[in-house]
Amino acid sequence: MADLSVEFLGVKFENPLVLASGILGITGDGMARVIEHGAGGVTTKSLWAKEHKGHPNPTMMGNEHWFINAVGIPDAGPEKAAEELARYRAKTDAPMIFNIVGGMMEGFGEIAEKVAGMGPKIVELNISCPNVKDEFGKPMACSISKSAEVTRLVRSKLDEGGAADAKLVVKLSPNVENIVTIADSVIEAGADGICAINTLGPGMVIDIETAQPVLHNKFGGISGHMLKLLSVALVYQIRAKHKDLPIIGTGGISTGRDAIEMMMAGASLIGMGTAVHFRGPEVFGKVAKEMNDWCDENGVEKITDIIGKVHANT
Amino acid sequence: MQILNRVPKSVKIKEIIVENDMVKTFVVDFSLGARPGQFVMLWIPRLDEKPISVAMDNGSEMHFTVAAVGPFSNAMHELSVGDFVGVRGPFGTEFECDEGAHIALLAGGYGAAPLYFFAHEAVKKGAKVEFIVGARSADLVLYEERISALDCATVHVSTDDGSKGHHGYNTQVLQELLDAGGIEAVYAVGPEIMMLKGAEAAEAAGAKAFVSVERYMKCGFGVCGNCVVDGTGDPVCLKGPVMPWEEVKKIEDFGKYHRDEFGKKHNF
Repeated sequence: MADLSVEFLGVKFENPLVLASGILGITGDGMARVIEHGAGGVTTKSLWAKEHKGHPNPTMMGNEHWFINAVGIPDAGPEKAAEELARYRAKTDAPMIFNIVGGMMEGFGEIAEKVAGMGPKIVELNISCPNVKDEFGKPMACSISKSAEVTRLVRSKLDEGGAADAKLVVKLSPNVENIVTIADSVIEAGADGICAINTLGPGMVIDIETAQPVLHNKFGGISGHMLKLLSVALVYQIRAKHKDLPIIGTGGISTGRDAIEMMMAGASLIGMGTAVHFRGPEVFGKVAKEMNDWCDENGVEKITDIIGKVHANT
Repeated sequence: MQILNRVPKSVKIKEIIVENDMVKTFVVDFSLGARPGQFVMLWIPRLDEKPISVAMDNGSEMHFTVAAVGPFSNAMHELSVGDFVGVRGPFGTEFECDEGAHIALLAGGYGAAPLYFFAHEAVKKGAKVEFIVGARSADLVLYEERISALDCATVHVSTDDGSKGHHGYNTQVLQELLDAGGIEAVYAVGPEIMMLKGAEAAEAAGAKAFVSVERYMKCGFGVCGNCVVDGTGDPVCLKGPVMPWEEVKKIEDFGKYHRDEFGKKHNF
């Protein structure tokens, strides 16, 4: 049995597999169930300072090759979030990452203030959702200056709100010319870690019988197996520049071998979302077992020994 | 291995059966191999996509019985023969019974449609079916003729206003059948409180019970998390909609509250 545990930004995860934001994360009991299924931790759906309406259906679809979604980040606001957190806490001690989102700049500040009061250990800042462009314009993760500004704002609101100990992870978009310069800018602004990557695109599906876009939002973020090719490359590039940076590697991971590959690229934690589409909610336990089996076969005793391993060879 | 395809397929409406003032059945020349109790997502472009139980899938065509109760179902009612509707699925669990079992089906309102599909399959397995159809009034009783036409199925109608059959709740009819003895299992589809009462009555009589749990859904395949219930933390679209009563009892919100698209709670 390999030791799969990871200490990430001072928080211990029993294994590196975390539920990515936006999947199954609406209720406390739902997230606790993901832990029962074998995840090392969970990330909440993106929390807003006020109730936010998502897009009408269809909001997500996929087949054995790809997945696409434009849910539009619906959320009932902080009061419900606090209630769900309490239910989660009553069921498990496993770490919860608070993912927050804000629309315009001040919205990010407001939710950072609210979430600071919930005792977060790790806050993940979502500045990279590709599906609310009509409402709020281009994601902040596409701008060096805005990504830094929002990171500074959220950091200061967390500090002022009594969450100075909370670590801040910024979730980046692959839909930029150079993700490393964005990583540089948010780290300079106070980010403690990076989550890479959000979904790709956005993409589009057309129903040819009716000549209609299938997603109600027309466009949606692309995920699934092939995203791993990109997410591994981008995590690799970020890690190459920032040697010991804590990174949550997300995008196209659905097997133990995928997860090992992502960790070798430089990720300390692995986010999984679309994997639930491919392999069901039990995917976390399955992937953890596959990672363990691989470690046993390859003489790896501690999973943390493989983090960033490929960099020694490049 | 099942091919993973969760993208809507647009199919033409072949026939529309007007059931009553509020309810129509849409027939499409398309089969997803759905089983009784399962559901599909029906899509109208640029409007919405909603979960609908399958009222029949005979391997070549499917039926969907839709009551006009909201923007989506009202738009469904505006569709004509030859129009397209998007379909994806089938999703969820199914109703099953033992060979030759004596069973009672408890249908409230639109619940008659999926239970008719089940009765249609159950009688093929030699089941003796007591089909209890409840409605507000006589004109809203669904599927009565089609159920009567099945061999070994007996229809028991109840109406709230007494305009047809038993005057009162369909659960009272169920109680009489359970008291008479011999019912091995009860299957309920309809308002949640009705299903709760029906399942409790079945349990008290020593019969098995199965209910079709309904929750707000977006994806239908266990990813979005909207239909996750409290207590178990499981999505209804994967563990249900058809669930044995002993599993339903673990759902803290059953019979008490449900959640909306934001995940906010609303009491029944």
